[in-house]
Amino acid sequence: MDYVSLSSNFLFASFIIYMVAIFFFAFTIRDKNKPHKTSKAGTIGIIITIIGFLSQVGYFITRWIASQHAPVSNMFEYMTFFGMMLVFAFIILYFIYKVNLLGLFILPVAVVVIGYASVFPQEISPLVPSLKSHWLYIHVTTVSLGEGILAVSFGAGLIYLIRQIDQTVKSKKTFWLEFIMYSILSVIAFVVISTTFSSMNYTVEFQHSETETTVEYHMPAIAGPNDGEMMTDDKMSAWFKAPGWMNGAEAGRKLNSLLWSLLGGLVLYGVIRLVLRKRICAAIQPLVKNTNPDLLDEVAYRAVTIGFPVFTLGGLIFASIWAQEAWDRFWGWDPKEVWALITWFFYAAFLHLRLSRGWHGEKSAWLTVIGFAIIMFNLVVVNLVISGMHSYAS
Amino acid sequence: MEKIKCECGHVNPEGTVLCEACGKPIERNQHIDGNEKNKLLNMRYEGSARRSQTKNRNIVDKIWIFFSSVKVGVWLIVLTLIASIIGTLLPQEMYIPQNVEPAQHYRDQYGLFGQIYYQMGFHNLYSSWWYILLIASIGVSLVICSIDRFVPLYRALKRQKPKRHSNFIRRQRLFGKTEAVKSEDINKAVSRLKKKRYKISEENGHILGEKGRFSRWGPYVNHIGLIIVLIAALLRSMSTFYIEDYVWVREGETKVIPQTDGQYYIKNNDFLMDVYDEKDERYAEAIEKTGEMIPSNYETKAEIYEVKGETIAGQDPELTKINEGEIRVNEPLKIDDISLYQASYQLNEFQKMSFKLHRSDDEDETPLGEFTFDMSDPKKEYDLGNGYRVEVDEYYPEFFMDDGVPDTKSKYPKKPAFIFFVYGPDMEDYEVNFLTIGANLNPHNNNQYKISVTGVDMRDVTGLTVKRDHTIPLFIVGAIIFMLGVIQGMYWYHRRIWIHPKEEGVWIAAHTNKNWFGLKKDLEYSLEGTEIKIPDDQQELK
Ligand code: HEM
Repeated sequence: MDYVSLSSNFLFASFIIYMVAIFFFAFTIRDKNKPHKTSKAGTIGIIITIIGFLSQVGYFITRWIASQHAPVSNMFEYMTFFGMMLVFAFIILYFIYKVNLLGLFILPVAVVVIGYASVFPQEISPLVPSLKSHWLYIHVTTVSLGEGILAVSFGAGLIYLIRQIDQTVKSKKTFWLEFIMYSILSVIAFVVISTTFSSMNYTVEFQHSETETTVEYHMPAIAGPNDGEMMTDDKMSAWFKAPGWMNGAEAGRKLNSLLWSLLGGLVLYGVIRLVLRKRICAAIQPLVKNTNPDLLDEVAYRAVTIGFPVFTLGGLIFASIWAQEAWDRFWGWDPKEVWALITWFFYAAFLHLRLSRGWHGEKSAWLTVIGFAIIMFNLVVVNLVISGMHSYAS
Repeated sequence: MEKIKCECGHVNPEGTVLCEACGKPIERNQHIDGNEKNKLLNMRYEGSARRSQTKNRNIVDKIWIFFSSVKVGVWLIVLTLIASIIGTLLPQEMYIPQNVEPAQHYRDQYGLFGQIYYQMGFHNLYSSWWYILLIASIGVSLVICSIDRFVPLYRALKRQKPKRHSNFIRRQRLFGKTEAVKSEDINKAVSRLKKKRYKISEENGHILGEKGRFSRWGPYVNHIGLIIVLIAALLRSMSTFYIEDYVWVREGETKVIPQTDGQYYIKNNDFLMDVYDEKDERYAEAIEKTGEMIPSNYETKAEIYEVKGETIAGQDPELTKINEGEIRVNEPLKIDDISLYQASYQLNEFQKMSFKLHRSDDEDETPLGEFTFDMSDPKKEYDLGNGYRVEVDEYYPEFFMDDGVPDTKSKYPKKPAFIFFVYGPDMEDYEVNFLTIGANLNPHNNNQYKISVTGVDMRDVTGLTVKRDHTIPLFIVGAIIFMLGVIQGMYWYHRRIWIHPKEEGVWIAAHTNKNWFGLKKDLEYSLEGTEIKIPDDQQELK
């Protein structure tokens, strides 16, 4: 077997193994033990997680050998790596705090992230000159480790909120909690829908009337390109056209994918609500009642204190060194750089707020959610939509 | 200044909330840290007297109070954060195409929103006065706030005594009472604390175990790092520290390097662009998918010359070669404190074009005369001998038709076109020849004579950034100090455990600046197997 297929097998294996681990962490809910005492199911869960992580390390190494550069150079590779760092960060915090529930929340996020990564083109691509620097690898790996650790604080914050928010009445808080669930479901829907259509080899082609360039859709077109004409017969034609202010040849396609995931998420959410007959978080709440909110708050804060220095080092300092090498300026207000700065400002504000009374507990938990949203925005939206020089996917 | 004498005998400065020595709350100052409403004491700055909390008279005090507030600091950070987001909504001016009018570009590309964005100045947001003001305020706030707290905190940590006031002990977050305790239990706990590397001090049976105090200075160290970074950013506006310029050099050309007072010249011997081999198995699929060549290397083979002796106006200076080498994307070439970076390129510019003149009706196109047009040294007229002569009426380096009128897009010879006037011995007037590469655009087809292209010489142009940057070491120092400070403050914790003997039994209290979980584990470890009860957490979130 060659290295390329070996590496994708490793990745697939770890994807499955993580799901098995989630299953075991789910068993720990029934444990009446004190939260930070190990239980059998939890121990099995963490061992399986570690095996999955090692398998993913195997993916990383074999792919590196195959491509002859560190596999962190396109959207697929980067998202996969972020998923791996998320698991790694979880393992670290697990060994400090032994909170089994964290596995039940963080591993699914990692699985979704890796699933999402797999939607992007997976060919090994060569590096343009500005990317050929060891600092690129050092920067990218450190920054995603930092983001992974910071994301663990989101996991703890989320459990905190699910446990603490009053679910007997409908409120803004319950709405936003459901919104978080819905967002995760939308990503899952996107992964499912795009894998389904791509396994069917579905394509529709549009031609821009002005530039005569073509765009290929790999999902049925709900929103067509702004000035595009459909070139493929016997496929569903677009319901409407992307508005004119959306820029770029690919705008229509991106809008289309977004619509599919939002709608798919809505369907998933609707079905789950119908089955549960109550808010998703209201259904989860009894499962997390056994945890100690104080400990969750502490884990969330601790994850930020551990992650912040790592993120600063990778996202600002190593990033500057690399930018200095690649474009001979260490800081250029490129959107990606600015969003790293925004993330950094945000967590700095978080740390300062924690110094004062009144910002512990619930408020702080909401902040971890916002922080995670910023990180994901930087990884996904800035890469795919705002896109500057760092943009991986084109 | 008024002083406050505590019952323990220690004299505290005005504004003290908790006595520096024994920690007894000072009645009239409890509002400062909001302690009066709470069971637990606010331990943030050890209840020390900060200037910002005590002086409120003149304008300086007011400014001081404003900038030393963490609340204000957080607001400044949040405002800067929001402003930064706005700057990424549309591309900044430096990232839009160079050859367009910005106002027009934003209007055309982004409609009304773009127009407003441009008018608000958001297209240059990060160099706008108000963004810089925000950053500067963060800097001021950092300085003031650190000074405001550093000295008092230092005093309080230096003067603390192992013997603390009962009120102080009782109002710690971790606190427990044990009624009857054997003295060997206390000794056991102390020796276990020592094992955990706590520093033990004692005063009349009152014991303090402390570790990781140095981590309290982490924030101050990291703020100093940030201030150094901000100073470095400030110095960038001075040309002794920072210069950026640009130079285009054609192959074979020697040009003066800007910003060197005409002292240095660069010669471009060759410019190379390598692309990935599409037959390379590894990348074949990806290359095919993008459908373009993917560059693997840009390189300028350069020679650097220095001017020797006096330069005489109007005369070419005498040049001595001092260096030669390749400039690649990640590898600049250095001369003194100036670095040359590979930044851009232009492939296949026309360097020379050769023409011949022949009769229009001559099938063999036997030349009556030949000439070569050199783009870097264009002549007005070329004498072909035998009475033939060509006059260059117009030369368009980058030709295009602007509404039927020929024009040039730039002065760079990317697509040259010419209008030649041909004079001959047997002609009364001249004939017009209008041609560009690959096309004869002659308006009149009854010309007797015709000019044809016989050859072209192409060359590449390299674009180099010229930089001097003395601020980088300062940035590096700032960044390192910042990192050390954050690590110091985040990966170490200041833990204190007080063992407070009572007439009956003992009280135990503990405090840490973060990571309570770790402190609790230390307590569990050191009190294990003793009669002493493990302190309760008085502040459990419900
Ligand atoms: C982007 C700018 C800033 C960054 C990155 C930053 C970073 C930090 C960090 C990492 C800490 C340690 C937090 C902890 O240990 O939990 C800290 C503490 C602190 N910062 Fe900042 N800071 C910034 C701006 C400011 C400003 C503007 C102020 C002024 C109000 C300020 C006031 C403080 C104070 C009072 C502390 C606590 C000091 C102590 O615990 O003794 N910071 N800062």
